Amino acid sequence: MAQRTQRRARRTQDFGSLYKGREGQWSWIAHRVTGVAIILFLFAHVVDTALVGWGPDAYNKVVRVYQNPIVGLLELGLVAAVIYHALNGLRIMVIDFWPKASDWNRQLIYGTTGVFLAGMLPITIIMLKHILKEHF
Amino acid sequence: MAVGTERPGIGRPVHRKDSLGTGLPNRAGRQPPGRRAEFWWWIYMRISGLLLLVLAVGHVLVMHVFGGGVERVNFGFVALRWQSPFWRTWDWLLLSLALLHGINGLRVITLDYVRRPGVRVAVNWVFYTTGVVLFALGTEIVFTFNACRWPGITDALRLKLHC
Repeated sequence: MAQRTQRRARRTQDFGSLYKGREGQWSWIAHRVTGVAIILFLFAHVVDTALVGWGPDAYNKVVRVYQNPIVGLLELGLVAAVIYHALNGLRIMVIDFWPKASDWNRQLIYGTTGVFLAGMLPITIIMLKHILKEHF
Repeated sequence: MAVGTERPGIGRPVHRKDSLGTGLPNRAGRQPPGRRAEFWWWIYMRISGLLLLVLAVGHVLVMHVFGGGVERVNFGFVALRWQSPFWRTWDWLLLSLALLHGINGLRVITLDYVRRPGVRVAVNWVFYTTGVVLFALGTEIVFTFNACRWPGITDALRLKLHC
């Protein structure tokens, strides 16, 4: 009996990761990964948009690189990254300025994840429709 | 392990108070607690984060979801969009706030994973330089862009832009 309790405790501790993290650590990792993805894309996006200053030929040529179904899927990923980062950032700020909220940190994480997934459902349908309409 | 044989880059950072890992005395450490650079970066990340919640999410929804996506974007689209000072201001604010927010994020992440002092400084200078160059480039284009000076644009677009 004691052995089983001990085993369960260890399993809970080892939940899914080397660092023994749980929901909090996964949201921390997701925040970093989405943040890095967004800033790396932003570096490219500032340069491509700046090309309008070099005239219609240059700009239209570079923007055509984005207009294919594979980049369309990456675009969907970017939208997802921005929305996740925004919602999770909001959760972080709620806890920063109202520390009592950290008592419900796990519930807040499931809440933001739920809002994110619920929002991404129609967005995914709309964006996949764009891709299908333009390319197939 | 004998003293002096520790490999650099393994174990805890050499100077814990020295966030850039330069090994130099930490100037920030002499300032009153709570008003150091890291405190202001923390504040900046939250204020810009709140603004970007509107600016970046709004941009993404308008440009990529409800507006029709990247397929309709071309020179004429940007020319018409930037006729409005509202969108020029929106785009410039988004550019400035997001670049600084993102580059500070990269700095924080780098300091977590890059241990060797020289590499830490070098990596951060690459980010700072990229940020300054892109900010200058983006700002100059947002404020000086004038579609009418391009002979290649169509008469229809010229008419719409009141060239």
